[in-house]
Amino acid sequence: MRVAKHPILPPIKEPDITIYVDGKAIPAISGEPIAAALLAAGIKVFRKTAKKGYPRGIFCGIGRCTDCVMTVDGQPNVRTCVTPARENMRIETQNGLGSWGEQG
Amino acid sequence: MRKVQSLVIGAGPAGLAATIEIAKGGGEVVLIDENAKPGGQLFKQIHKFFGSKEHRAGIRGYDIGTQLLAETTSSGAEVLLDSPVYGVYPHNEGIMVSYLHREQEKALLAEKVILASGGMENTLSFPGSTLPGIMGAGCAQTMINVNRVLPGKKVIMVGSGNVGLIVSYQLMQAGADVLALIEGAPSIGGYGVHAGKIRRAGTPIKVSHTIKRALGENQVEAVEIVQVDDKFRPLAGTEEIIAADTVCIAVGLSPLTELAWLCGCEFTYIPLLGGHVPIHNENMETSVPGIYVAGDIAGVEEASTAMEEGRLAGIAVAQALGLYPPEEAVPLKEEVWNRLNTLRTGPFGQKRFDAKVELLQAAKGGN
Ligand SMILES: Cc1cc2nc3c(=O)[nH]c(=O)nc-3n(C[C@H](O)[C@H](O)[C@H](O)COP(=O)(O)OP(=O)(O)OC[C@H]3O[C@@H](n4cnc5c(N)ncnc54)[C@H](O)[C@@H]3O)c2cc1C
Ligand code: FES
Repeated sequence: MRVAKHPILPPIKEPDITIYVDGKAIPAISGEPIAAALLAAGIKVFRKTAKKGYPRGIFCGIGRCTDCVMTVDGQPNVRTCVTPARENMRIETQNGLGSWGEQG
Repeated sequence: MRKVQSLVIGAGPAGLAATIEIAKGGGEVVLIDENAKPGGQLFKQIHKFFGSKEHRAGIRGYDIGTQLLAETTSSGAEVLLDSPVYGVYPHNEGIMVSYLHREQEKALLAEKVILASGGMENTLSFPGSTLPGIMGAGCAQTMINVNRVLPGKKVIMVGSGNVGLIVSYQLMQAGADVLALIEGAPSIGGYGVHAGKIRRAGTPIKVSHTIKRALGENQVEAVEIVQVDDKFRPLAGTEEIIAADTVCIAVGLSPLTELAWLCGCEFTYIPLLGGHVPIHNENMETSVPGIYVAGDIAGVEEASTAMEEGRLAGIAVAQALGLYPPEEAVPLKEEVWNRLNTLRTGPFGQKRFDAKVELLQAAKGGN
């Protein structure tokens, strides 16, 4: 959910681009972190761990912990909390360590 | 390799203030940050700051950030964004700083380097603690105030220090329900003013309580909390299950010190400052000549102290570069020290003051 109304902060921009998460189109605001667009769309599971397949989502939100990594345009282990969303980006829930070229 | 007089790593309040001071002194300075935007943690701090007028009290963090950015721009300093630094290597020709920019490896050689990399949030480990929906309180703060998305609707906050209290209130401003704030200690950790706001909004603050486990399949759905005795042992029969989709952990920060370890700075361990901190002297210089620290990396405090430490390090670097004679630098530094000393007073400040004295003594070979 987006924080549209706020007692102190100014209004927010409208989504202006589309990104694809596991093939599904979701709206995003260009330049916002991928993780923000995912949370706005209600997606909280970003990857599954290598050995036990446990779910993981964001933890630090500032690029320090790597819990939020996903495969972005075919590149695994991209920190979605600090990587800006761009038009037509392909984002995949990452399994374990991920692999190159899941998407091109 | 390009040579510069000075280089500042980290564009949070500490690094920005340091950069401004070096530039004011007439020095050449390059400021590097890994983010696409400068400001560090400042722009998520939408509350009004405490302190006196010269500490910009009563002004919100993001307004202070905007002022600092404007001053940095007009100072003529060079700012490199989107550039994570991965190495700092002192050698006889200067200090080599290597970083990435758009997947290209780059390096600069600097006479003086200020490390202002900030800190990162601590976590707690309990069954279910890795479930999506469980995050640092600062993470939630970043999401609501900077990215403007709610990580969840029903929140449990763990930890009643100032970050826990402030972020609880900011979550409510953003439209979330904060169901409870729990604190392991028998009393509230942060300022009474902040705690009062939370209570008035109807959120119970449960002291002597901890989180026992988080429940949920793919994401957190509920948490079990429990009362603890004075030795932090859970009291059987006091368990309570609360349905929640978000748990925020606010149990302190640790200095982000990798670069300081890498270049051989000597460390000491001071829990009150967040754990291992690089030893520094009154000029914020570490045990490695030419390498300075400022802000959370030099002991976790707050944005106002980070800015003052940045100024101090900046003036000291300008002096070391020969831009200020001692008779000019000494009173400038004294002014900053006076402001730092007033920021480090009161029930919370005094402890940080004492911890900082311990750190300075370690630089003199004590400890
Ligand atoms: C998420 C979070 C929320 C916080 N919220 C509050 C609050 O509400 N109130 C409060 O009083 N305090 C808060 N704090 C404490 C906060 O740390 C201080 O208020 C203040 O921001 C510290 O300033 P700083 O300049 O030392 O570090 P920061 O503001 O953290 O700035 C450090 C900068 O260095 C950059 N950096 C680090 N390593 C590298 C590298 N290798 N290469 C390039 N760049 C690098 C970082 O990306 C960052 O931009 C928070 C801290 C965090 C982590
Ligand atoms: S959430 Fe920690 S790196 Fe993205």
